[in-house]
Parts: sequence; C-alpha cells; structure tokens
Amino acid sequence: MQLLMFYLLGLGAVVAALIMVTNKRPVRAAMSLIATMSFLAGLYVLLDAHLIAALQLIVYAGAIMVLFLFVIMLLNIEEKEGRLAGSALLWQMIAIAVVGLVFVLMVSVVKLSDNVVPLGEAAALFGTTRAVGKMLFTEYLLPFEIASVLLLAAIVGAVILAKRRIDDSDQ
Amino acid sequence: MVADLIESVAKIVFIFSINLGFFAPILGWVERKQSAVMQDRIGANRANIGKFTIIGLFHPIADAVKVLTKEDFVPAGANKFFHTLAPFICLVPAIATFSVIPFGGQYELFGHHVNLVIADLDVGILFVFALTSLATFGVVLAGWSSRSNWSLLGGLRASAQMLSYEVAMGLAIIGIIMVFGTLKLSEIGAMQENFLHWGIFIQPLGFILFFTCAVAENKRVPFDVPEAESELVAGYFTEYSGLKFVMFWMSEFLEIVTISGILTTLFLGAWHIPFVTDAMLLSFFQFAGPNGATILAMLVNIATFFAKVIFFIWLQMTIRWTLPRFRYDQVMRLCWKMILPLSLINISITGLVLLLWIK
Repeated sequence: MQLLMFYLLGLGAVVAALIMVTNKRPVRAAMSLIATMSFLAGLYVLLDAHLIAALQLIVYAGAIMVLFLFVIMLLNIEEKEGRLAGSALLWQMIAIAVVGLVFVLMVSVVKLSDNVVPLGEAAALFGTTRAVGKMLFTEYLLPFEIASVLLLAAIVGAVILAKRRIDDSDQ
Repeated sequence: MVADLIESVAKIVFIFSINLGFFAPILGWVERKQSAVMQDRIGANRANIGKFTIIGLFHPIADAVKVLTKEDFVPAGANKFFHTLAPFICLVPAIATFSVIPFGGQYELFGHHVNLVIADLDVGILFVFALTSLATFGVVLAGWSSRSNWSLLGGLRASAQMLSYEVAMGLAIIGIIMVFGTLKLSEIGAMQENFLHWGIFIQPLGFILFFTCAVAENKRVPFDVPEAESELVAGYFTEYSGLKFVMFWMSEFLEIVTISGILTTLFLGAWHIPFVTDAMLLSFFQFAGPNGATILAMLVNIATFFAKVIFFIWLQMTIRWTLPRFRYDQVMRLCWKMILPLSLINISITGLVLLLWIK
C-alpha cells in the first residue's frame, strides 16, 4: 500500500516537473510546479514528516506560488517563442551535461550510503511538530538563528529596493 | 477493524450531509432572509408548493433546479481547462478542511473508542492553513482564465489579499497554540472543559485578530474587494454560470461553516457547555444505562458544537449586512500595519506570561 502510494506520488511529481520544464506557457508551467510540490508533500506524509508536509503546502505551494502567479498575471505574460542567445546549442549541451552529472551524483549518493535508517517505532515520532521544534531550538539552534537573520536581511533588502525614494520624486 | 471502518464512514457521511445537505443550501436562504429582516424587507418568499411557502424555505430547492438547468458558459478566448478546473480547486479544500475539526469529544461506546473527528492529525490546524492556501489558486485561476478584465482584477486583488491575511491569520493563532501546547484540534477542544479556560478568555486579542483575518481570508464583506460588485461586476467569478458559479458560491458558504467550526474549537470551548463537565453530563444521563448515557452525552456535545457554529455563522452574516466594504488599500493596510504588529505583540505577551507566571 505504502509502496504503491510512493510510486503514484513519485510518478505524479516527476510528470508534473517535466510538464513544468517543457511547457512554454507560464501559467501552465506554474500550475505544474504547484502540482509537483503537492505531490512532494504527499511523499513527506509517507515519510511520517507531517509537519514538513504541511509547511511544504503552506509555504511553497501556497505562499510562494501565489506570488509567482500574481507576477505572471500582473505582467500578463503571453506564450513566447523561446529565444536562446548566440551559441544556443552549446548552452543546451552544457545544461544537459550538468543535469546528467547531478543525476548520476544523486543516484550514487543514494546507492552508496549505507546509513539509511529504517522506519520504525522511533521514526514515527520524529516528524511531529514537537520533535521538529525541539530539534530546531536545541541541537540546530545556531543554524536556525542564522537562517532567521538571513531572512530578516532579505526582508529589509526587499523593503529598501521596493520603497519609493522620496528625495528622488521631490526633485 | 470493522468497527473503525464503520466509525470513519459514519463520521464522513455525517459531516458531508450536514455541510452539503444542510448548511450550504440553508445559508443561501439565511443570507437573503437576514438581509431582508435587517433592511426591513420581506425577502425571498415566492417559491411555493401549492399554497405553502414556509417563509421561503423552498427557495434553495428552486435554486438547485434552476442551477442544474442553466447553460454552462465559457467565454470566447478563455482557457477552457483552467476555467473548468478553478471552481473545483475552490470547492475541494472548502469541503476537506472540516475533516480535522472535532465536532465532539472522545467516548467509549460498546467497548469501542469513538473519536468524533474524521482525521485527528498531529499537525491539525496547520492542515487547515495548507488547504486554505491551496484554495487561493482556485480564485486566482478563475480570474486569470476567464480572459476578462473584471475577472483578472478580481483575481489579482484576491491573490494579494488572501496571501497577506494567511500570514496574519497564522500569527494570530500562535498565542492560543502556545497556551494549549498542541496543534491537535481535538486536544485543544478537550482542554477547554473548564468554562474559564475557554480560548476567548485566555486569548481575547487573538480571538479578535483571528476572526478578522478569517473573514478577510474568506473574502466576505467588509473585505470582499475581489468580487466588489459595484466595481468589478462580480470579480473573479464574473464569467461563470450554472453549476460552476454555484461551486464558488457553495465554497464560500462552506468556508463560513469551517471558519465557525475552527473559531468554536479554538476559542469557544468546542463541544463543552459552560460549567458542565463531561462527567456531570454522563451522570445526568445515568438513567439510560452506560452506553445509552454515552450516546446521549455524545448527542448533546454534537448539538452544543453545532449551536456554537450556528452562532458564529449568524455573527458573520450580521457583519456582512452591517459594514460597508473597505477600500482595497485600507484592507491591505489593516493587515500589514495593524493586525500583523498586534499579533506579534500578542505572541510576545503570551510568551512572557507563560514564562514568568505559568511555567
């Protein structure tokens, strides 16, 4: 049952991701990305990481993708012929090579790593909100705080970039 | 195993029938009739069978027949696939969110443990947020795929408004989660057995903030700028007709019910009657035998829960017919400059009180 769900969700995620990359219409690509992220959330649920699954839907599928769609709709981007600069073929070859390399790396990492923890009684608790929260505020406190400072800096940067410059408009 | 299956199916059928069979059609009638009462009119009263009109209660049936026989119109140049998909994306989360809301406590019945919530998830309230954030896409897609300026403007307004209020709504309930120490809605409900421990007394500011955000998230008056009929015809669903139009309409009503359910669970003591504990209720029904008493107590709890839900529905309907619509910039300013800082203050104060006095 669980294996079947995994294959269904995984297939869905891969197909949606392929549609996202190959489709030239921005809204369709964005919707496929949302589908990919929803399938990924399903995979997280299978891994007993319920909190991550919920956050995946709230943050990625919900908030970030709404912003994507907002921008696409606001600019009313139409279907466009893809234009590749100058030596298009070369860039395509490089892209394919890089993607292939990453794929080989990922497969070898998964194949070579022997410390894959089997899901058991202990694993059933590790994805709960309480467990993740405890870990974030004890063991991983420093990375957590660094990430928050980074996000704060990004927010301040966004406000400064978007702010209307009063002295410019006055003159 | 079989008992579990029967329990699950019974709960799902119950929630489906009460939401889709009772609340969705009746709310349409309530909205018309209540607006009529408040504006000193008579309201919908023409649909009849023979001489009986029963204060317009045949109107939901007449509406259903009308809607099913109407033409399903897709405007020229619209994206047919997304135009059809959008109402479904709106309606499915609206139906599904009620699955994590407990409409009663936990009971021992004929040696079987009954938990009156369809899915008692560990992430509980976060699941609700996850689904509401997906519902945004229905609105945004409806606005975009209709290939109409009114719809597009409505969709744009909706995307920004729903995104902003989702953030504020998430922060508004942090306080109540800190106090109860769990995200599980069934546990939060069970902790409010004592009348003085109701969320509304512990977190009055959180209640007001969450209520405001929830109404705004549902795009109801006074926050209905995405569909503002005096500016945008009907906003994001201008180009919809027939059954698809009703799907938007139903998802709005179901969201009212869901919001009322969440408000009841978080802030108004869930299924508990003030000053009546579960044990008191069970001993009161002692005459019916152990199982009979449990069943009666269960029914009383369910009735109490839905009575509170109906109270919140009435409150939202009253607000809808009382307040005028805000301007769009006022809606956004309220969210980012008022509700968000107030939620943060609420979180800080709650944290300080928990740390210094309660521990």
